[in-house]
Amino acid sequence: MGQPDKEPIVQLSHVSLAYQHGHAQSATILEDVTLSIQRGEKFMIIGPSGCGKTTLIKAIGGFLKARQGEVTVNGVPVKKPGPDRAFVFQDFEQLFAWRTVLDNIVYALQVTKHLPRRQAIDKASFYLELVDVAAAADKYPHMLSGGMKQRAALARALALEPDILLMDEPFGALDAITRNQLQLELNTIWRRTGVTIVLVTHSIQEAVFLGHHVLVLSSSPARVLEIVDTSQAEDLDSPAFTAHSLHLQSLLVRQDKDLIREQVVPLSIVQ
Amino acid sequence: MSVPLFRTAEKRTFTFPGWLRYILIGAIFLIAWQLYVSLSGVSQLLIASPLATLQALIADFANGQLPSAILVSLQNLAIGMGIGIVTGLILASLSTFSRFGRDLLTVLTAVFSPLPGIAILPLTMLWFGLSSSAIIFVVVFGSVWPISANTDTGFRTIGTTTRMVALNLGLTRLQTVRDIFLPAALPHILSGLRLAWAFGWRTVVGAEIVFGVAGSNGGLGWYINNARYFLNPPAIFAGLVVISLLGVLLDTLFQFIEQQTIVKWGMKQAQ
Ligand SMILES: Nc1ncnc2c1ncn2[C@@H]1O[C@H](COP(=O)(O)OP(=O)(O)OP(=O)(O)O)[C@@H](O)[C@H]1O
Ligand SMILES: [Mg+2]
Repeated sequence: MGQPDKEPIVQLSHVSLAYQHGHAQSATILEDVTLSIQRGEKFMIIGPSGCGKTTLIKAIGGFLKARQGEVTVNGVPVKKPGPDRAFVFQDFEQLFAWRTVLDNIVYALQVTKHLPRRQAIDKASFYLELVDVAAAADKYPHMLSGGMKQRAALARALALEPDILLMDEPFGALDAITRNQLQLELNTIWRRTGVTIVLVTHSIQEAVFLGHHVLVLSSSPARVLEIVDTSQAEDLDSPAFTAHSLHLQSLLVRQDKDLIREQVVPLSIVQ
Repeated sequence: MSVPLFRTAEKRTFTFPGWLRYILIGAIFLIAWQLYVSLSGVSQLLIASPLATLQALIADFANGQLPSAILVSLQNLAIGMGIGIVTGLILASLSTFSRFGRDLLTVLTAVFSPLPGIAILPLTMLWFGLSSSAIIFVVVFGSVWPISANTDTGFRTIGTTTRMVALNLGLTRLQTVRDIFLPAALPHILSGLRLAWAFGWRTVVGAEIVFGVAGSNGGLGWYINNARYFLNPPAIFAGLVVISLLGVLLDTLFQFIEQQTIVKWGMKQAQ
């Protein structure tokens, strides 16, 4: 199994985040977050509902300025969003409704990489093949199922060949079976491309299964509770998997009542 | 009884196709009209029969009077709408990107949109004389507000995810407006256009009638007024028929555009 390089690609040092509305500033959402993400690893973010997971990943994406501290990607302070950090969102509205699935990707390639159309089509087709939606290439997004839309969005993000793939609960709105399928495929894609993945999730199982590291946030204002190394726990039946799951669960128990209820089901059954 | 929220597949016994039903209704109306004129002995100077109207239509198409009147009217409408659309889109874009633009649009719309376009015709006649420019200005004036206000609403209601995708791709402002905002707001823009052209078409004809009084050569309004001047009811009726039919034709064109865009993209349900 591939191991990430020991070279940080994302670094946050003492970062505090808040939303700015005109001149008013919201209460602090995240406080004093320090972490580093290695190039090529799969970094999971988990925490109670509403604690600030989306806010954190938005800051890495450059959509939100840090109130204090600094976010750097490749050693450079993040100032604004860019295609080097491709975002995959939870909701199904991220594809452009007025373009076919293929054209969604072709357009993204034309504006970011200035590829000629012919070349962009080839590349787009390759990534659609990779995420297994090539059959829907000429359809408009509204004709696709939720799972296919997320695959297409993933294909668009991958086609940008970003340094980092930022995913905010990308499979959150999918049924369990589709979700598991996409988790497996994401792993395959990661093995083939070696892209760094930062993924927000509500599911402990997903975090342990996919992640090399799992960041656990506390309830608001969110702080880093622990960053758990789960790189050895990829086999769902391994004792390490169970141990990590239980550990994460116990960390979150005090934080989020909903999460406990969701996870009472023995984890082995989920798969 | 429950009212279905969405169109469902209906089981139907045989019915006539839509166009046939409409033609039937039209035919019944024409026959009633013809019978009334033939049997009631109403003065032919007040009402022309369908047959007389048809004869006038054929004659004035053949001698070129109607075609040139149609051309003039459509040209006035097209130029006025064209300028109105461009100005409206620019105003709406300014309004989304600057505070001043928003204030400007709010004030202008509030002050000018309640004014019936035809009410400023005397003013434009003073400025431009009895020329097409005077009519075109009125059409521009009338179409700008519905277009800019609707477009503005459309821009404002674009979802956060769509905006974030645009930011993520690192689009320029021009690309954002042209490639994202315009298509995303198209349902709103098209309903603005629908209002605008319906208004514009009525205004063009109305203004031409006013011009007709002054004896200037012109479009369909002028044609009708001229026919009145020469006590020629069949030609008046022929003019009305043409105006109405052109309206239906423009509406069909509009539905076609909707069909090819927002319906195809799943942004609006088919009718
Ligand atoms: N645009 C905004 N302006 C002000 N406050 C916001 C904004 N977006 C989110 N918040 C607040 O920030 C806090 C964290 O929100 P965030 O969306 O980051 O949580 P989350 O962990 O992603 O939640 P969830 O698990 O439900 O997705 C919440 O209290 C929320 O009310
Ligand atoms: Mg969230």
